Amino acid sequence: MLRMGVDIGSTHTDAVIVDEKAKLLHAAKAVTTQDVTSGVIKAMEKVMAQGADPAEIGAVMLGTTHGLNAIIERKRLAKVAVLRIGLPASAAIEPMLDWPVELRRVVEGGIYIIHGGHEYTGEPIAQLDENRIRQIAKEAAAKGIKYFAVTSIFSPVNSEHERRAREIITEVVPEAVVTLSHEIGTLGLLERENSTILNCSIMPVIINAIESVRNALNKLGLEEAQLYLTQNDGTVMSAAHAQRYPIFTVATGASNAIRGAYILTGIKDGVVVDMGGTTTNVGVLTKGFPRESSQEVEIGGVRTNFRMPDIISVGCAGGSIVKIVNDKVVNVGPESVGYRLTELGVAWGGDVLTATDVALALNTMKIDDTRIDPEIVTKRYGKYLLEAYRLIVQKVEDAIDRIKTSAEPVPVILVGGGSLMLPKKLAGASAVYRPEAAQYANAIGAATAFVGAMVDKTYSYEHIARSHALADAESEAKNRAVLAGADPSTVEIVDVEEIAMPYLPGNAVRIRVKAVGKLKS
Amino acid sequence: MLVNKQAIEDLAIGASILGTGGGGDPYIGRLMATQTIERRGPIELVSPSEIPDDELVIPSAAMGTPTVLIEKIPSGLEAIKAFELLQRYLNKRAYATCPAEAGGINSTIPFVVAGAMNIPVVDADGMGRAFPELQMVTFTIHGIKATPMAMADEKGNSLLLDTIDNMWAEKIARVATIKMGGTAWIALYSCIGIQFKNSAIWGTVSKAIHIGETLRDAKVRGANLLDALLDCTSGYLIFRGKITNVERANIGGFARGEARIEGLDEYKGQFMTIRFQNENLVAERNGKIIACVPDLICIIDSETIKPITTERLRYGYRVIVIAIPCSEKWRTDDGLKLVGPKYFGYDIEYRPIEKLVGEG
Repeated sequence: MLRMGVDIGSTHTDAVIVDEKAKLLHAAKAVTTQDVTSGVIKAMEKVMAQGADPAEIGAVMLGTTHGLNAIIERKRLAKVAVLRIGLPASAAIEPMLDWPVELRRVVEGGIYIIHGGHEYTGEPIAQLDENRIRQIAKEAAAKGIKYFAVTSIFSPVNSEHERRAREIITEVVPEAVVTLSHEIGTLGLLERENSTILNCSIMPVIINAIESVRNALNKLGLEEAQLYLTQNDGTVMSAAHAQRYPIFTVATGASNAIRGAYILTGIKDGVVVDMGGTTTNVGVLTKGFPRESSQEVEIGGVRTNFRMPDIISVGCAGGSIVKIVNDKVVNVGPESVGYRLTELGVAWGGDVLTATDVALALNTMKIDDTRIDPEIVTKRYGKYLLEAYRLIVQKVEDAIDRIKTSAEPVPVILVGGGSLMLPKKLAGASAVYRPEAAQYANAIGAATAFVGAMVDKTYSYEHIARSHALADAESEAKNRAVLAGADPSTVEIVDVEEIAMPYLPGNAVRIRVKAVGKLKS
Repeated sequence: MLVNKQAIEDLAIGASILGTGGGGDPYIGRLMATQTIERRGPIELVSPSEIPDDELVIPSAAMGTPTVLIEKIPSGLEAIKAFELLQRYLNKRAYATCPAEAGGINSTIPFVVAGAMNIPVVDADGMGRAFPELQMVTFTIHGIKATPMAMADEKGNSLLLDTIDNMWAEKIARVATIKMGGTAWIALYSCIGIQFKNSAIWGTVSKAIHIGETLRDAKVRGANLLDALLDCTSGYLIFRGKITNVERANIGGFARGEARIEGLDEYKGQFMTIRFQNENLVAERNGKIIACVPDLICIIDSETIKPITTERLRYGYRVIVIAIPCSEKWRTDDGLKLVGPKYFGYDIEYRPIEKLVGEG
């Protein structure tokens, strides 16, 4: 069985086809389009034109930016009824209070706070107000609202009220689509609530995108291929699952690059430098997966807390502009010529000195393009080149150092088109690897991804024995992985983390478990 | 002055600096105060000198774990309920409220109470920073009792506490807080104007607002944020470097630990160790103490000039460490008994940051 992987970058959309051993068979690039979908289809058409047998392709893995773009552009978003369960607590901060006004106007379809929710111990704060849920469901349906975001206090500890709310809502409004916060995020009511609302809001966009891509695949003769979407944590979920949890697709590019670096080198633990045209993303591989960040992240101006890869982004990459002031190189980036490198770069006869020009002139990078003349760069900017190159390398080395967890040197894997310019030795690196297909690492990471799921719950070891708590979290993670499309016989736990919560008695502990498995074939 | 939404945002930033690595993320408190101001309009901040000598001041605060607070957002009525309960018991209306703690999340709570009660907030507090226990206020030094103290939760439970001293108030209230679900809302240290003026640390609310405002303004002007910060806090730059190791342990409900920082730029070749217990408490430079509690020690992200809380410290951060002189009230024998390094278990004689820096 072959697999196709598609990655949408800011300038290019890549499509690759790999075999079972993750060997790259075909690769193609298309220009990323405004609507995203047509670029994806173009890349898929191009890669299929290279001769793969459509019947052999069992799965297509798509890393999409549709959801993120919709949030940032504030377009094509669904209106959402926001239901918070927590009264008498939580009234001091209404849902969406901190949202950008414009985004809130587009997304908000009614805000309701009702009685219910739990303490950190799992005991109820108040009885769930079931009658009020019935009223709200009717009211929202009368306004034509179909998406419900339900968030209950301490639902990562006890999700009972959220699950009951969904039952009632779908009883009253059978066509309702309900997202429950405990399936989306972890502790931090406002951030989890925000993520849940965004999840609802981007559902139509993702459903549309999946439909268009599905149709295109069918036209290419790939009716039998299963469609999967890549997630923020470097795993994939089935298209059907993604339609319910689209928020997990909003930050996949960086994860795909990290996974791709692992697939291309077999190195499970190390630092990955993904140097593109405008930014260089530096992330960490831990046991073959991206290390995740524990920080809150803003998406389109909204504070959220679902798991994202821990990434340091540096505005210094292939197209970055070398800034010269008073005869001195003062910076490289963050301004970039982006996709116009072959038009504006000095080596291509243009007028803007970029990082790539510097690397070409210093012969640290070679590009197979007959239009290039590195000598022009040396002639015009010769005295600046060494200093500019030193700066580029230093920025990357600093980022590597910042993302590491200890002073020990670690293996560094270079991927992305721009990374060709980087030297074979870097400070802090025990060894530097530059796999052959480095520029397609993202799409390869997508193509070879496992199905995965994450559980992040809070337990009190006073109320439940540690072994039971761990078993509970692990079995839930495994179940979720199977629901997301994993073959049950291959699902395994790849990461368990326990985090003690200060100031609380009863040994309150957060347990994070990640389960992955192979695609169901 | 009138405190509007912008001032609350500035206050939250300033309070995170005065939090010295602890005190809780002011985010929740900022949004609570914002919602209050949106509904009731700006809130008056008055100088302690404006409080008549015989009028009542009741500080208000939240107690418990920030981990619960970020999940179980309050109803907004708890702090008011505790406040009203204490007023009823004292049979006297308060002229104003104020923060017990100007650092961290407690900086903004009094604005929620003031908005509801239609009274001003006094520009003063009992810490001038953040501390982990409720007896650690300058009111204690001046013999003002924490009790009668009122506590309330969001469910509607409340209780009134009378203890033999402020340490007992801490012990009993801490247990009640846990039963109330991890956070409780409190009104305590009630006193009349003349006592308040003697015992409180003046100007700490406006100081926090000023810090936030200064940083915001410096950003707009493209000025050097660190210089602006040192200037408006009267702080000292004591180190610049990279965190190379963080060790922590959870002992007795407090997150204790130690961070090691290796010098960069003008500090290249030197090292610093920061010991923390929720807040940063002791800073050693090249093995020699350069700052210690109750002076404020802040670890700041050298790129964003935002403070890094103790639970977020980790290898690789490029940081700047600054130390800010604490209130003179803490530098007395009574003050140091309450919050000096010995109370936190460090066998160190306290010496003011100004002296330590002078000796290099």
